[in-house]
Amino acid sequence: MTPSGKERQGRLASRAVQATFLIVLLVLWYLATTRWRVSPLLLPNPVTVLNDFWDILKTGEFIGDLRVTLTELAAAFAIAATSGVIVGYLISRSPYRIRVFEPLFAGIYSIPIILFLPLYILFFGLGPASKIALGATISFFPIALSTIAGFGYVDKVFVVAARSMGASDYQLFRYVLMPAALPIILSGMRMGFTVALLSVIGSETIASLAGLGHRIVHLAEGMEIARMFAYIVFVVAIALILNTLVSALEARGKRL
Amino acid sequence: MAGHDACGSIRMTAGTVAIRIRGVSHQFGEEGDVRHVRALRDTSLDIARGELLCLIGPSGCGKSTLLNVVGGLMAPTTGTVDVFDKKVAGPMPRDIAFVFQENALFPWNTVFENVNLGMVFQGVPWAEREVRAQRSLEAVGLKDFAQHYPGQLSGGMRQRAALARALSLETGILLMDEPFGALDEQTRMILGEDLSVLLSRTDKTIVFVTHSLGEATFLADRVAVFSARPGTIKEIIHVDEPHPRKPDFVTSAKFTAIRNDLYGLLHDEIRKTIADTGVAAAAGPPR
Repeated sequence: MTPSGKERQGRLASRAVQATFLIVLLVLWYLATTRWRVSPLLLPNPVTVLNDFWDILKTGEFIGDLRVTLTELAAAFAIAATSGVIVGYLISRSPYRIRVFEPLFAGIYSIPIILFLPLYILFFGLGPASKIALGATISFFPIALSTIAGFGYVDKVFVVAARSMGASDYQLFRYVLMPAALPIILSGMRMGFTVALLSVIGSETIASLAGLGHRIVHLAEGMEIARMFAYIVFVVAIALILNTLVSALEARGKRL
Repeated sequence: MAGHDACGSIRMTAGTVAIRIRGVSHQFGEEGDVRHVRALRDTSLDIARGELLCLIGPSGCGKSTLLNVVGGLMAPTTGTVDVFDKKVAGPMPRDIAFVFQENALFPWNTVFENVNLGMVFQGVPWAEREVRAQRSLEAVGLKDFAQHYPGQLSGGMRQRAALARALSLETGILLMDEPFGALDEQTRMILGEDLSVLLSRTDKTIVFVTHSLGEATFLADRVAVFSARPGTIKEIIHVDEPHPRKPDFVTSAKFTAIRNDLYGLLHDEIRKTIADTGVAAAAGPPR
């Protein structure tokens, strides 16, 4: 369905408001550093930040940290997605298991698991392993919960209809359960990816040896505030790109 | 005037009987359980080949339960059902197709894919499916909507599509569980007329569950009236009128007489249901 002219106009208008908001924020930032004399140690000049940002891109010094962070993220998400879908599917097959595990998982998901980071570091060390383990733990829950929701609450009439027409177990899974559950599982995976990204970068800023989060804290401790801001801009850009990519993949998967 | 007879007294010669129901009872849950419901008690009935039988009765009288037992979707607590002289012990996709009340089409598939998928499940060879799908969609007047998704169709069109899916399976028996129950009166009337025309061209045996006296009178060769829960067949009314039935059958004296008969039979049972279970009867048994 194509959006009507009016709808498109409305969307353009809200885009314009969003853009204006960001521009005003930038201008305020600029004024604060020039006219209102906020210390550059607290808030560096945006032009300096931009120059540092280009410098980071040009020299490619970000590559090492980016690789560490992305590897941790990919490993954490892969573990969470595989185990979340398998565990979620197994739970969804029995109403009893759904009754037991769904509230349990939802409860655990609602507590800030990042609190356990010190424990993870004791177990897995300061390197990537602790970031992967924590990211996988945090992102497991939304994926498992959405898999339970996807497979566990397929409208019974679809199953009965398919069975009455002679569907085998495989056909029931392939043509009924999968298409019914897929959109919900994909939403869960997008959520899982987002929280994995948050927890990997977050735990890097708390205790780590490398990665983008580590770099930002390192720069802050060295009082290189402008460069730290430039790295923050870089991480925000990376996060935007990744989330856009994942949302596009999700939309594509839902159309299958 | 319609003829009456008790259900046990029907005699048919072997070979003309499509569905033979003997002493079927069903209860949900164990005795003493809070959710224990006796849905159906000691029901026997023969349904002839090519016949359209309507099941009508108060909410929760077990008419849908009987349909599910006949179709092999539920095992009865006691009793047996034979379909074409084979004992029913599970779904029989080669012999029996279902049309459910609503939303039994897969929303992620187009109308064509829905019809096609039914035949995939049944095991129809690839080459034959295309032709059969086209033919059955044409029969229900949905040829031009093959590539639409169920969500893009009206309720009436969705039920036509569900009917096309059932027809494409080319089974001898069609079981319809309040197929037009969720539709408005006008749409229901038109679909009923079309169904009567469609069925006059086939020799399918059809069992049709409905709440509507008019629908039962208009469609059925016989109407089985259920008693209140735990239900059994209380009376069978014959509707002696050839298919396809014309719209003016509805305004005939015969139609009115049969409809009034059904009303008289049902009225007491519905009162009983409400007196027994109060407002809770509206919820019906677990389905």
